[in-house]
Amino acid sequence: MFAIRRMTLKAASVAALLLLQPLRALATGWNKEAFGSKSLAEALKSLGAASPADSKDIVIDAPQIAENGAAVPIEVTSNLPNTKSIAVLIDKNAFPLIAKFDFMEGAAPFVRVNVKMGESSNVRVVAEAGGRFFTAVKEVKVTIGGCGG
Amino acid sequence: MAEPMKIRATLKGDTADVRVLMGHPMETGQRKDSAGKIVPTHFIQEVTVKLNGKTVIEGQISQAVSRNPVFSFRLKGAKGGDKIEISWLDNKGETNKTETAVA
Repeated sequence: MFAIRRMTLKAASVAALLLLQPLRALATGWNKEAFGSKSLAEALKSLGAASPADSKDIVIDAPQIAENGAAVPIEVTSNLPNTKSIAVLIDKNAFPLIAKFDFMEGAAPFVRVNVKMGESSNVRVVAEAGGRFFTAVKEVKVTIGGCGG
Repeated sequence: MAEPMKIRATLKGDTADVRVLMGHPMETGQRKDSAGKIVPTHFIQEVTVKLNGKTVIEGQISQAVSRNPVFSFRLKGAKGGDKIEISWLDNKGETNKTETAVA
């Protein structure tokens, strides 16, 4: 009885895997909902981080004034123990969520990326550590926006 | 077709500093071409970093990452000669990868 059920389960899971395989090739773990969010609150909610706690252990290195909004360098270091992921959001961009990085064993919770900014805005970082979400912000003033053009 | 990628990994103490450049237009879907038509979105969505064949960083990015994206990552406990592979996948299903050894 149990053996039969186990085999059925096994067959079902193999079938599910086979079905998933071709989809996997064309993306994706890409979080369509979070990246498609048009407001900060929505994006944070889609990340499961609706109300992250402020933290001084997240260090954001970004220019105070960016002359060119098409490429603003943003460097993030998390000093929170067991940081699992780092997400970068630009509060005032049309789609606030820019990037999310998951760190596995062997990777330091650090990333540097160039982003486009439509206008002066807070750059927000949300880090997940020990099952909780933490955040830090830094304001970047943009002289020439880099989203349309 | 996908433009070339550039990668460099240098050892600092026990941490490998990895820098990668991906040739990609990263179209936002907001830009218009010379004829005034909107250029459709075309951007990298997923970035994977592997150290000696094991995935260590998985990134998801949006169209708001700058054109020809440059990333820096840090890998702890890496040694000289370790193999680092970085690949990407965009919203059209195009993909590219490159690898290097830690120097």
